Amino acid sequence: SAQEAPRAAEMEDKVLSPEKAEEAKLKARYPHLGQKPGGSDFLRKRLQKGQKYFDSGDYNMAKAKMKNKQLPTAAPDKTEVTGDHIPTPQDLPQRKPSLVASKLAG
Amino acid sequence: MLRAAGPWRGCPGRAGVAGGDGGGNNEVQWCFLQVKGAIDEDVAEADIISTVEFNYTGDLLATGDKGGRVVIFQREQETKSRPVSRGEYNVYSTFQSHEPEFDYLKSLEIEEKINKIRWLPQQNAAHFLLSTNDKTIKLWKISERDKRAEGYNLKDEDGRLREPFRVTELRVPTLKPMDLMVEASPRRTFANAHTYHINSISVNSDYATYLSADDLRINLWHLEVTNRSFNIVDIKPANMEELTEVITAAEFHPHQCNVFVYSSSKGTIRLCDMRSSALSLCDQHSKFFEEPEDPSSRSFFSEIISSISDVKFSHSGRYMMTRDYLSVKVWDLNMENRPVETYQVHEYLRSKLCSLYENDCIFDKFECCWNGSDSTIMTGSYNNFFRTFERNTHRDTTLEASRESSKPRAILKPRKVCTTGKRKKDEITVDSLDFNKKILHTAWHPTDNIIAVAATNNLYLFQEKVN
Repeated sequence: SAQEAPRAAEMEDKVLSPEKAEEAKLKARYPHLGQKPGGSDFLRKRLQKGQKYFDSGDYNMAKAKMKNKQLPTAAPDKTEVTGDHIPTPQDLPQRKPSLVASKLAG
Repeated sequence: MLRAAGPWRGCPGRAGVAGGDGGGNNEVQWCFLQVKGAIDEDVAEADIISTVEFNYTGDLLATGDKGGRVVIFQREQETKSRPVSRGEYNVYSTFQSHEPEFDYLKSLEIEEKINKIRWLPQQNAAHFLLSTNDKTIKLWKISERDKRAEGYNLKDEDGRLREPFRVTELRVPTLKPMDLMVEASPRRTFANAHTYHINSISVNSDYATYLSADDLRINLWHLEVTNRSFNIVDIKPANMEELTEVITAAEFHPHQCNVFVYSSSKGTIRLCDMRSSALSLCDQHSKFFEEPEDPSSRSFFSEIISSISDVKFSHSGRYMMTRDYLSVKVWDLNMENRPVETYQVHEYLRSKLCSLYENDCIFDKFECCWNGSDSTIMTGSYNNFFRTFERNTHRDTTLEASRESSKPRAILKPRKVCTTGKRKKDEITVDSLDFNKKILHTAWHPTDNIIAVAATNNLYLFQEKVN
């Protein structure tokens, strides 16, 4: 019908552009993806790189109060330290400086 | 103004642009020279090369890695006795530049990864370079020692102090030759000036100052002064909720010491003249470079792929080049409304953006570089491919850094990615590309046709074929 033809043409336009096709694919997989694409979410994540959860106040208070009790610690399989337990310095990924020389110099 | 990928054989020998941009029209053939690094399949994260930089003469080549280490290679001088090792680079010095830190006050882990190395021009026998991680810039002095003093009065040859009463006569210590020792020592530490992560450093042509740029601010330093720096750009909004773009790269003009540029995550470049603002805050840019976008073609990915990952001035200072996710653009500093040249690096990835977003590859930051005469530009891609674009002839070449083609003086065979259904022999399909093999960092010798290509943990050196 006359109504369908223009809509079909519109659909065709969208499918033709590879970028728009990829966008449709993404939106199909993640329907709740933010409306502001390149904006604040990415940027804030970028600015927060390196942020780890560790509060020395919490840690010391917990140590003082709970001398006799077990400190709640992260489950062994958890790699992310979050706010629902008291992290210890041991929970933080150990970043030792490289004592080994670069293999490029080998 | 998009140009299709592929060689333009229809216009050979087109007259080059005046002013240091003319180059030979003979196609450069690249030969394998050397490869540095381990061959193991298991790559330790610390060994991943994060920056590559030749010094001003090209005699020294520095690399930085994720483990905070710097390795400097020196070009062998041709001697009559060893003509075969023409132009080979061998290890000159290596040192630990940065170490991992934890900022307990901000709960922030500071990586030791070297983001950038920039050499200072040589002014005496020693060499100086700046290396930076996310937060701290360091000035390193690399000096040679080939003499040692012998015959001290107060200590004996192995350094132990002599009993004073045993010293019965006075002698003058003499200098004796010793095996060459190259020492690296940190001369300055420029710290505590960046809240956000440093992405660029650039030495000024006055050779006395340099800039450091993080996501939101750019600081100007004097090389002699570590306890003070001047903030010259600040794009931090009063309300962080209003943040829409970040600084991605910055560089000083090669000749005009008052001019620098910085690029953004939105694909724009601002040129700033430090003379123009009395308060020395360059928020009012002198020039604003942006290519107009067709609003109907805008998608979720548009802004992400327009983010500029690198900006480099040409040696002549007339042009600058920017790298975004899919292309390299050359801009004439006198034309702000569009680039003068655009080169597609891997346009076939446009139909893979969904997966590249999911595996984060879409955020990979590729660098780009000019050759000495500004006639050719180079940038990396995936599958250990890298691309060169000859500006005069529009000839583009895809090459691969691989162990297979690493025989001495072996000529590199051009590679081709198959974008249609029918794959020819020796072509590779887009789906077969290895997206873990990224060439993010490349460097071109300042005058000769020697290129350094960092492929994850290996450094490849290629040289122009000489008959």
